[in-house]
Amino acid sequence: MSDQRFPDVAITGLGLVTPGGIGVDASWQAVLRGEGTATTDPALEGLGVTMSCRVPGFDGNELLGRRARKLDRFVQLALVAAKEAIGDADLDPDSWDGSRVGVVIGCGMGGAPTWEEQHSVLLDRGHSRVSPHLIPRMIPNMAAGHVAMDFAAHGPNLCTATACASGATAIGTALDMLRLGRCDIVLAGGTEAGITPLSISGFANMTALSNRVDDPAHASRPFDVDRDGFVAAEAAGVLVLERAEDARARGVRQYARLAGYGASADGHHVSAPHPQGAGGEMAVRAALDDAGLAPGDVDHVNAHGTSTPLNDVSEARMLRRVLGDRAAVTSTKGVTGHALGGAGALEAAFSALTIHHGVMPPTANLESQDSEVDIDVVSKAPREGKVEVVISDSFGFGGQNAVLALTAS
Amino acid sequence: MTVFDKIVTMLDDKFGIDADEVTMESTFEELDLDSLDLVEFSMAAEDDMGVKITDDEAAELKTVGDAVKLLEAKGASV
Repeated sequence: MSDQRFPDVAITGLGLVTPGGIGVDASWQAVLRGEGTATTDPALEGLGVTMSCRVPGFDGNELLGRRARKLDRFVQLALVAAKEAIGDADLDPDSWDGSRVGVVIGCGMGGAPTWEEQHSVLLDRGHSRVSPHLIPRMIPNMAAGHVAMDFAAHGPNLCTATACASGATAIGTALDMLRLGRCDIVLAGGTEAGITPLSISGFANMTALSNRVDDPAHASRPFDVDRDGFVAAEAAGVLVLERAEDARARGVRQYARLAGYGASADGHHVSAPHPQGAGGEMAVRAALDDAGLAPGDVDHVNAHGTSTPLNDVSEARMLRRVLGDRAAVTSTKGVTGHALGGAGALEAAFSALTIHHGVMPPTANLESQDSEVDIDVVSKAPREGKVEVVISDSFGFGGQNAVLALTAS
Repeated sequence: MTVFDKIVTMLDDKFGIDADEVTMESTFEELDLDSLDLVEFSMAAEDDMGVKITDDEAAELKTVGDAVKLLEAKGASV
């Protein structure tokens, strides 16, 4: 099915730390249950928007030891996800050729909590007390950097920053690296833990966030007529990617193929999507072309579906126009909230699991579908059946779009 | 309280290092404290003991005993 100009690339390991739980199983089960995870967040007390989707029970000190104090939370989440993914792929960093292992981990904001904490130190105690760890904790490429340090991954190492598409851009970039032979294995994904008073105030004042603060569990409601914005989440997802031929030789399980990647720019507005989803359409078509697929081949879409009034209508119009009415669409953000730079990676992992298990998760909180959303949205309960082709959409502020196409192995 | 005791308390409070891990012979490397941590250690020493450790002096510290000696020589108040 895929274009034979390039070798096939397989997804052989998954690692997830999400508002559904720590680990792939907990996260996937939460997504299948289809219930919102947003809760009132004490860290946001006194703000206009006081809810978020946190990773339940995540304690960096417990999972990573005392060095956790030197790691911003977005790095902590990524390290735990990377460790799970490597183990899941049955790989051993003690014996792999690290020079052939790349890392691409996207992040939208970097260490916002560190930045804010140290800004307070500057104002309260003066410049001489600003932590020497400020910069290494805060810079967004440090998740990828620490993964290399922990797991002896010495190949190309970078962070992609395309806002809410960063995780998908990372995985697409990893696909290119494997096709070109720059690496044999890539740990690819995204991470974000930027739920702070400052960032939430900024998002809230853009009117990007849901105001349903008296009912957090139902606040993220993609494609529903009563949606009023997204709920900010923290999360990390890491996928192990390798050429399918290598995976076969290792005899390791392949969740799915990463068959295509398409990227584009709206060139339209800093935050609003193009009303007809023109940029998104270009990215979807590019991903399908790259995978050697036709629009009618798509069984399932893991949508960007943020639960904002603008995104969900423009995305739905675009999907209907490009794919027709056959593909069933889910936004897992109804469960997870919007993990910004991590989102595309979680959703790529959920797409791989959808193919692997033959089950499409439901879109949480879809009670009354917006009449302008003329697509088949999976809701209420998981939908079982063979799923061979999935696309995963991600669209970032700045108009940056990244779409991944996954197929059954 | 001695300068050593004070350092042990500081390492526990600010760096999460258990008191029973720390001896005069402990190296900062064994305690997982790198050069950036030693800058932070110097800031804490200045705050808690009223003496300034320069960046050059901090770079020379290998063991907790080195830090005790330096801080005592500078007249650290504990």
